[in-house]
Amino acid sequence: MALPALGLLGAVTTTDALTFALAAAVIVSGAVGVVVARNPVHAALMLVMTLFGVAVLFVEQQADFLAAVQVIVYAGAIVVLFLFVIMFLGVDRQENVAREPLLGQRPLALVLVALALAGLFVLAVGAHWSVGAHAVAGKTQGSGGDVAALGKSVFTTYLFAFEITSALLVIAVVGAVVLARRPGGAAGVPPSGEADAEATGADAGPEASDPFAQPGPITAEDPDPVPGAGELAHEEAAP
Amino acid sequence: MSLGGAWYLGLAAVVFSIGALGLLVRRNVLVMFMCVELMLNAANLTFVTFARMLGDIGGQSLVFFTLVVAAAEVVVGLGIVVAMFRRRRGATADDFHVLRG
Repeated sequence: MALPALGLLGAVTTTDALTFALAAAVIVSGAVGVVVARNPVHAALMLVMTLFGVAVLFVEQQADFLAAVQVIVYAGAIVVLFLFVIMFLGVDRQENVAREPLLGQRPLALVLVALALAGLFVLAVGAHWSVGAHAVAGKTQGSGGDVAALGKSVFTTYLFAFEITSALLVIAVVGAVVLARRPGGAAGVPPSGEADAEATGADAGPEASDPFAQPGPITAEDPDPVPGAGELAHEEAAP
Repeated sequence: MSLGGAWYLGLAAVVFSIGALGLLVRRNVLVMFMCVELMLNAANLTFVTFARMLGDIGGQSLVFFTLVVAAAEVVVGLGIVVAMFRRRRGATADDFHVLRG
């Protein structure tokens, strides 16, 4: 048996073929757009396009729950997080594509990826496909459709993995909070000097206008700091 | 019935390659993250296709876990980018050279 194609074009309705062709076109053009777009905001919107196309293909393959989750979690949460960070940092300007730090990296990457893709297709066509036993973890379509089957599978067969997943999410949240804290910020011990800068009330204005300014004076863990608002206020307060 | 699984697998391979190419070519860390998401989505499509071909719900369960891991990865990765940007005022991969030992 070469490819388990199950009849490459036999017994397929025109609607199904058309849906696949349309979704595939949307997915591939969106993926190319992510790579090609100079502006990160455009890249994020192209990513949304690809994610919707993949959701359509999930529906086409009777994975309705995953299609909904794909739209809600990926397009609704992850891409919005991307856009939020892009606009928060203000990096939505054009990238300088002409500058190439590593000489010849891009042609080499193109050649390597093309080679890998060709190898993948050659392997897929030529290899002997061993498909193994069917329905080890449960049927895809029981009574109640794929939602019931998926829920039963996740909460019985993969229960331990599901519990580990919750631990992973908690770790990720804690990590994000720790990363987002300013060094020597409000949550930690205030460095000396921030107190008298606060006493003058002078650092409220500049800190509000520049959210990335380091509050407080230069500490040992800031080898390359932005000129801090607290420091300027401190100098003003000295005379 | 849907098209044969080979079509879906081929499409997933193409999308994965495009994501890998973007990861190698682009310099913007945020766009590189998006390319990682592309590769994860291609893997998800493969899982769902195999779940249909084998009639096994295990593939769809794996996609469920992949989604969770992708969300956690994005949260931590973007946190690192924000922390980096606060210090270096840049979001390209070259700005991360301070991590060199």
